[in-house]
Amino acid sequence: MNAVKFLFAAYIATWVIHCFYIGTLVTRFRRLRQQLKELGKGK
Amino acid sequence: MNSFWGLTLATLVKDIRLEWRSKDALNSMLFFSLLVVVIFVFSFDPLAEESRHIVGGLVWVAFLFAAVVALNQTWARELRNQVLDAYRVSPAPANALFLAKSLGNFVFVSILEALMTPLFIIFYNLHVLGPAWQLIPVALLGTWALVVNGTFFAAMSLRTRNREIMLPLLLFPISIPAVLGMVAGTTAILTGENSAHFYIVLLLTYDVVFTTACLALFGTILHAE
Amino acid sequence: MKRLFPILSIITAVLLAYALRQALVVAPTDALQGDVYRIIYYHVPSAWTAFLLFSINFVASIQYLARAKAEKLVKWIVIAIGVAGVIATFLPPVQQQIPAGMRPSAVATTFLMIPAFYLLIGWLFRGEKLDILAVTSAEVGVVFCTIVLVTGPIWARPVWGIWWAPGDIRLTLTLVLWLIYVSYLVLRRFSNSAQTQILAAALAVFGALDVPLVYLSIWFFRTQHPQPVIGGGGSMDPRMWHTLLISWLAFLCFGFLICWSRFRLETLHREVEHAHAMESLIGAEASAKASMPLSRSAK
Repeated sequence: MNAVKFLFAAYIATWVIHCFYIGTLVTRFRRLRQQLKELGKGK
Repeated sequence: MNSFWGLTLATLVKDIRLEWRSKDALNSMLFFSLLVVVIFVFSFDPLAEESRHIVGGLVWVAFLFAAVVALNQTWARELRNQVLDAYRVSPAPANALFLAKSLGNFVFVSILEALMTPLFIIFYNLHVLGPAWQLIPVALLGTWALVVNGTFFAAMSLRTRNREIMLPLLLFPISIPAVLGMVAGTTAILTGENSAHFYIVLLLTYDVVFTTACLALFGTILHAE
Repeated sequence: MKRLFPILSIITAVLLAYALRQALVVAPTDALQGDVYRIIYYHVPSAWTAFLLFSINFVASIQYLARAKAEKLVKWIVIAIGVAGVIATFLPPVQQQIPAGMRPSAVATTFLMIPAFYLLIGWLFRGEKLDILAVTSAEVGVVFCTIVLVTGPIWARPVWGIWWAPGDIRLTLTLVLWLIYVSYLVLRRFSNSAQTQILAAALAVFGALDVPLVYLSIWFFRTQHPQPVIGGGGSMDPRMWHTLLISWLAFLCFGFLICWSRFRLETLHREVEHAHAMESLIGAEASAKASMPLSRSAK
């Protein structure tokens, strides 16, 4: 039974890492769109 | 072909002469190497029964750090006097410069190693149980492995923001098989427990592969702009 | 094109859920390891995906380096490797080397895939896009590689009793690859835009050359040092194999979506940088008039 804890730990760790990375992508997209808007306004 | 080797030799002699004249860099490097050995002596008990098993690793880690510090120095001088730009503009083959730099670094690092080794022998009361002559090819091939890639990555790092830290960041991962070969080979020879033959062949293969790669790509690196 | 992303996302989500169910419920329990072995359905597909992505990076880097001077030469060399490999697998001395389970035709097909893979990437991605592909595959590859390195020890601990076995070739090789590609990403971050691409491509080539040497060095090392007894080996239950492949398909689709996003992010990023540069050269008014081709499809 103890061993199954490791199974769930592995699965959770996998998705935590994926979500973290997707989070960084979303943040970077947002920042870029912000910059685009500023450029569009011609500063 | 004649001018290639001529150019290599001329650059090498120039570097050695410059290094010799400004003995500051050399002296501080020597002292640094001594300090590294002493730190290791205090960290890893020399009297322990198993010391012979770990000394191989200690020695090469010490050499690795000394080499990194040395490599960072040698390109810095070129950069200061904008010699690099002069090379880029001249019709001289980039490989000649690379070879000269590598050989110069090789000499420099070998001197450091030659000075650190007796210290290790003294502090750790080393007594080689295996065929001692095999230590020479291991040392030569191992040092070249570190130096050839180190020179290449040092040149790469010149263009980056955190120059000094960039070199070890790039060098260490790539050097892992070579380090394994050097350490395992040295340990095999010191303990006499197994043959270093495979490791010497491994180091030789590593050297051939990466010397070729460095020579092939150095021109591209130098002229990348 | 725009609608494709959400559609694929839904398909991928369904696949991942299906794969998860297969992994946890449908696949039979391992006789030796119990239920813990099910980590394999996340660990191995992530590894295969990571290696695929690193291979893409390697090919893209070579093509980027070769594009100026040696493009045709390298292309012919790669085709020659493929052809030579195919021919070689049908020669008796080489056939003896092939391990028992594999058919020569499978080996030959693999060799044929090498130039096919190379040419496909060269055809789909040209010029600047090759470099964007390189960054994308490196970054997403590192993500998947991290997962392999995290799930590996988590799996090893209950099964072998230790977190890390120094002679474990696969995990150590994965660690070295991870280190090489993290240093690749660090190089990209810390160097200036013009030379970054070439320097990084050169580093990728060095990394690829290093891999077989790492394999050799660890392989020999482990023959000299006692290794933990790792039970298992032997062929896999077909239902497990089936689940493994489904898992891989699901993660491949997922990886593809992430790569697509990252690719678009990088393309957009470069356009913004270009626009900034134009602005400082020409002046704000003039550059606002100049068109920004893909900004409208930035969503």
